[in-house]
Amino acid sequence: MTADPVGPGDGTSAVTAWFGTRIGGVLVPLAATVLAFFIGGLVVAITGHNPFSTYKAIFEGTGLNWFFPWVTGEARDAAANDLQQTLVLWTPLVLTGLAVAFAFRCGLFNIGGLGQYWVGFIAALYVGTHLEGLSRPLHILLAIAVSIVAGGIWGGIAGLLKATVGAHEVITTIMLNWIAIFGGSYLFEIGGPLQGSQESIPSSAGVVDSAKLWPIWGSLPALHAGIFIALTALLVYHLLLNRTTLGFEVRAVGFNPEAARYGGISVAKNYFLALAISGAFAGLAGSVDVLGFKFGVDVGDFSTNLIAFTGIAVALLGRNKAVGILFAALLFAALEIGTSTRQLDPAVFEPELATNLATMIQALVIFFVGAELIIIYVWRARRYVRPQARIRPELES
Amino acid sequence: MVDVAPLLELRGITKAFPGVIANDGVDFELRKGEVHALLGENGAGKSTLMNILYGLYHPDEGELRLNGKPLRISSPREAIDAGIGMVHQHFMLIPVMTVAENIVLAAEPKRGPFLDEQAAEGRVRELSERFGLAVRPDARVDSISVGMQQRAEILKALYRGAEILILDEPTAVLTPQEAKELFEIIRSLQADGKSIIFISHKLNEVLEIADRITVLRLGKNVDTVPRAGATVEGLAKLMVGREVVLRVEKPPAQPGEPLLTAEDLVVLDDRGLEACRGVSFELKAGEILGIAGVDGNGQTELIDALTGLRRPSGGRIIAAGTDITGASARDVLDLGVGHIPEDRQVRGLVLDFTLAENLALHDFRQEPESKWGWLYPRRLIERAGRLLKEFDVRGGGPKTLASALSGGNQQKVVIAREVSRDPRILVAAQPTRGLDVGAIEFVHRRLVEERDEGRGILLVSFELEEILSLSDRIIVLYEGRIVGEYPPTVSEEELGIAMTGARRAA
Repeated sequence: MTADPVGPGDGTSAVTAWFGTRIGGVLVPLAATVLAFFIGGLVVAITGHNPFSTYKAIFEGTGLNWFFPWVTGEARDAAANDLQQTLVLWTPLVLTGLAVAFAFRCGLFNIGGLGQYWVGFIAALYVGTHLEGLSRPLHILLAIAVSIVAGGIWGGIAGLLKATVGAHEVITTIMLNWIAIFGGSYLFEIGGPLQGSQESIPSSAGVVDSAKLWPIWGSLPALHAGIFIALTALLVYHLLLNRTTLGFEVRAVGFNPEAARYGGISVAKNYFLALAISGAFAGLAGSVDVLGFKFGVDVGDFSTNLIAFTGIAVALLGRNKAVGILFAALLFAALEIGTSTRQLDPAVFEPELATNLATMIQALVIFFVGAELIIIYVWRARRYVRPQARIRPELES
Repeated sequence: MVDVAPLLELRGITKAFPGVIANDGVDFELRKGEVHALLGENGAGKSTLMNILYGLYHPDEGELRLNGKPLRISSPREAIDAGIGMVHQHFMLIPVMTVAENIVLAAEPKRGPFLDEQAAEGRVRELSERFGLAVRPDARVDSISVGMQQRAEILKALYRGAEILILDEPTAVLTPQEAKELFEIIRSLQADGKSIIFISHKLNEVLEIADRITVLRLGKNVDTVPRAGATVEGLAKLMVGREVVLRVEKPPAQPGEPLLTAEDLVVLDDRGLEACRGVSFELKAGEILGIAGVDGNGQTELIDALTGLRRPSGGRIIAAGTDITGASARDVLDLGVGHIPEDRQVRGLVLDFTLAENLALHDFRQEPESKWGWLYPRRLIERAGRLLKEFDVRGGGPKTLASALSGGNQQKVVIAREVSRDPRILVAAQPTRGLDVGAIEFVHRRLVEERDEGRGILLVSFELEEILSLSDRIIVLYEGRIVGEYPPTVSEEELGIAMTGARRAA
């Protein structure tokens, strides 16, 4: 094989590179989202509803209209309430999105965000329900630190297995998810070692006040200080990847493990580190949820709360970039809140259907992001057709 | 004899891509029954021109004529219908299917709704015998050699009725023996009246096979010359646009103290078999030691062991007085061993990294590139800017992705990185593979310069010419053993015989 199938003189690689960095980075996720909403709208129309008023109602349900200055009075208060909830959901979505994205950048697919989230959640919950009397900042900090370590260990186990015996991370992280879920169920089950004070209810005790994250806006539930943790995490993620030698190594391994090895980088070490750090982000997501607004857990939650899986969608749509994840998490959080039973007027669109609509749009977005190649193909085909039109008259003359 | 009226004409073909004009008013004509070589450096626009002919690109301007009539080709399908077949550099075969199945694909002989396996194999066998291709129709593609796969591609084009055959750098993937066989096939195709466009940047083979040679440079025609009277030097000048020093000029070596010693080295390959079976040699400062051999005789494993990428199962390696047997790649690097790897795209570069990042691939952990784990991208970029200038890398700056460069410039980036670390020992594996004459000249000159700086250079190459012209001493690796040592004055024949394992009577 020669090393140079397509040189820049042939132009194609230059075109692709340019497309990939300049247009593809923003255009593809944007086009995917628009397309998904368009098809969602068609489905709404088929079910006999008006897609425009449905989308308008969903949008108002997200509270994002709070940013419009002309929304005033009661509508503004309602919008504020909705926006608080959207942002409360945005917080863990960012963190689980970062978890998946970090592993992706090392060429690994961490499906274990769910397990790592719960392990972090339980660890923070344990600290948060004990050690009463500790000063508030210290208690919170301790709970968060423990959750980061717990999530990191959970991810790190998969990383260690990958690094030492080559066990595929997709398999091991899925298995670790189940261990976390069933382990958590056991802990808080009736008679379980960490069950709360109410003997007949399989749930945990409540987080004591000194471990609760500060509420910063509203009350139903309040937007809590976890939002700053998420913002900080975005910054940390960006700096870690792009401004540290660790990030350099992770990216090198992710792009080309063979070249990384040749460059003197230990591939196994980076597999371990990437999954451990990935797990730490997911564990952090668990702690902001439990310290921010959940304050406890019912055994039933373990099988119904799938927020960490949505993190995969967030990372895909956000292209594993900090800014992308910020917006992708906002989209999915807004979609979830905007279509929730409480927010949507049944006269416009049945809320039961709306939840399905949200799931469908989510799936379509992922589908179209994955179908990036199709979009590139269409875009390039357009370029090649144009010159052809110019040359035809000459040939036929 | 060659018919004089053109069979195929391309007139004034222009094709621009954002930022580059790949073809700028190119003319090309092909006569019936001739082998017409299209010669040019990487990026001269050869492939673009042929992709236009094959319907993969549409020209911005210009026209195509077949037998004097205007021809419009907007897809490979239409090219095939017009009797034009193309064998790409990278084969388009489905590995799990048989040769016959691949060849008849999209035009299968059928029995009812099913593929008529016997008819397919029969037709393939008939074609194969007619042109002396010796391909087994019932063999699975993933079980045959690269040379055979190429023949299957040629058969595929013939099966679809190709009268004009485009061969895009066909020898790039072949061993010298396979290349010889390919040339015989080309001659038998020619005898049958087929016309062949032979794309290459290798001067010798163009002179061997072509009737006429058209040279492209920077997207423009330079000249079309008949083979008679053409010389390697003349063609090189046309191709590069200046006089090229093809023979490496170097002062005699001044060997110093031993720098790299291998003692009885045993290295296993990926399957766990012994690829090196007790290799011993000594590389001195200020000399180029060439390791000759046919691909697959333990070279890859030997290089891996020397550079810390593979743990030897026996023997010792001593570099600059330190035992590095089984040391990590990083330790070996830090000891001052530079390594120009065999495959720059798989190993030498992270193609999705910028040039600045690639140039820092070994050094990003050290000051000033980083401190306490904190990376300083601006320093990476500054340093890359200097190196790119010093090594005359064209086609991009520090922030350009490595994948956007041509092969020659990619290789310059690798060499810049290795040499700039001031290594005492430089292991150069196939340093000019896939490069054109201009870039080869650069690499060769640079290696001699590094030698004269007092570095020890271990050159591993499958190209005899390269070994002979660069090395101060030559050792031959055959089946994992060193079977002889020669001075650079040895004849190509003698070295070639040694490479096949026949021992020198000495």
